[in-house]
Amino acid sequence: MDGCSVENLVIDNIEDGLFRVNRRVFTDPVIGELERQRVFEQCWIYAGHESEIPDPGDFRARHVAGRPVILTRGSDGEVRVLLNTCTHRGALVCRQPSGNTKSFQCPYHAWTFSNHGELIGIPGEDAYSEAFERRELALATPPRLECYRGFIFISFNPTIDGLVEYLAGAKEYLDLVCDQSEAGMEIVGGTQLYSMRANWKLLVENSMDGYHAPVTHQRYFEFLVEMGVDSRAMRRTGAGKSLGNGHAVIESAPAPGGRPIAAWAPHFGEARKAELEAIRRRLEERFGAERAYRITQTNRNLLIFPNLIINDIMAITVRTFFPSTPDYMEIAAWALAPIDELPEHRAMRLDNFLTFLGPGGFATPDDVEMLESCQMGFVNREVEWSDISRGMKRQHPLQNDELQMRAFWRRWHELMTLSAAADTPARHVAAV
Amino acid sequence: MAVVVGQQLHTITRQAVEDFLYEEAALLDEWRLDEWLELLTEDATYEVPSTDTPDGDPQNTLFLIADDKTRIRSRVAQLLGKSAWAENPPSRTRRMISNVRIRQVEGEAIHVMANFVVYRLRFEQMDTYVGRYEYTLVPRDGRLKIRGRKAILDLEALRPHGKVSFIL
Repeated sequence: MDGCSVENLVIDNIEDGLFRVNRRVFTDPVIGELERQRVFEQCWIYAGHESEIPDPGDFRARHVAGRPVILTRGSDGEVRVLLNTCTHRGALVCRQPSGNTKSFQCPYHAWTFSNHGELIGIPGEDAYSEAFERRELALATPPRLECYRGFIFISFNPTIDGLVEYLAGAKEYLDLVCDQSEAGMEIVGGTQLYSMRANWKLLVENSMDGYHAPVTHQRYFEFLVEMGVDSRAMRRTGAGKSLGNGHAVIESAPAPGGRPIAAWAPHFGEARKAELEAIRRRLEERFGAERAYRITQTNRNLLIFPNLIINDIMAITVRTFFPSTPDYMEIAAWALAPIDELPEHRAMRLDNFLTFLGPGGFATPDDVEMLESCQMGFVNREVEWSDISRGMKRQHPLQNDELQMRAFWRRWHELMTLSAAADTPARHVAAV
Repeated sequence: MAVVVGQQLHTITRQAVEDFLYEEAALLDEWRLDEWLELLTEDATYEVPSTDTPDGDPQNTLFLIADDKTRIRSRVAQLLGKSAWAENPPSRTRRMISNVRIRQVEGEAIHVMANFVVYRLRFEQMDTYVGRYEYTLVPRDGRLKIRGRKAILDLEALRPHGKVSFIL
């Protein structure tokens, strides 16, 4: 399949207000392979958070963009992502999921690498010719790595824009999350690793979809009512926005499930009220009433293109996912929280997280069900198109319209048709 | 094993505990969830830690499930209702419980461990949940009841399971 054919897979008819995506993009392995090259290898991809490797020598072995990598903090304090493959014959040099080490020794032939990735030990090195250069055999790294407020990104595109430029309008929303604590934010221990038998782009859509909430998550809202939440609090309003470079957000208020920073809900208990008030007042002191309102009373579902979701809702989840095949994705999700959060508040936050989020919560499992159901439905390939037209005629699309999804699709389409390179900003940022 | 309740000494055998766990498993596999709720004390908890932190504390570690009795009740009501799409239609499940051991008796609390394999059958996929249970059982009115129920998965990830939406 060449660029011409991919061109026809997205219909962006602004005049008539119709946006359609051909369902082959969810099922075709040729598209999947093109995505690998034209999307995942071109963009900034989330690798982890600095708080996961706080001390020199700390490491985490994980998969990023489908590749086994080692997220490390070297003895020099620097954050690195090392490709987890011995430069001798390929074995994984890091076989533990996490820990602290000065070096990685491959168990195959005992080649040893410092935690910076340098090759520091080779048994029987005298067996090699003069052309053999140890310095060329350091553990490989992606050509680019940058951090923004603790969020570590890598790119396999050596000429991509700097991370801050790449983030474009999404930076403002990341700041609304990270500004919640003067001490900074950290990833809480305990990773939710799960999957869906569905195409990864369905989860992009679902993660910032206000329209599905009352239906797919009916049981969650019934739970809230049971917990004493006023049904008026369920009526949310908000906006969907395109943030540039494929990033997007929906922002809405009020937050019916409460917000640990900082909107009280009955199931938090009376004891938490004073603390939440104090947090809100402190944010007002730091940022003024308007920004403090935004930080404390509004929910944000944020996409950093292509596959990082940060949902700042009844708790904050950082969620990333990658397609193994067109019909299967692997997902990793974490809780993000203020570093200096009081223990009782942390406990409340994690509890609130589980009322909705994660594969055992009262909401995420129903999203899994819906997306797997869509993937099953796609087998009916005679039904060629998905409709993503909501709100196209509105000047200010709402949080239950679909502009935020169109923002993703337009950037995806640009990259897939090679009509824009990832290291240049999006050609147009359509506000519809 | 001896359990002290009030002034009386009761003997609790492994067979009694196994019988109890098999009865519980039958209630869950048969989706008789209201009856299952009756097996729990008022202060009961149901926990499923995240796969990378089996020994975590839900107060400071992210779990998959960490329900108190109120949440357990709500979970059951949701599962018996119509809008828990992840379990509507309900999954077929089949629990295999084995290696039941009474680890310790502390006053009236009986700490039990068991191994589990739970098969979930849904839309013609079979997913296997493997792990161990840690129960705290207490005698109440001549019957055993569940005060603590923790299912610790041996799975490294819920892949390809995707969710744990039934009562594990």
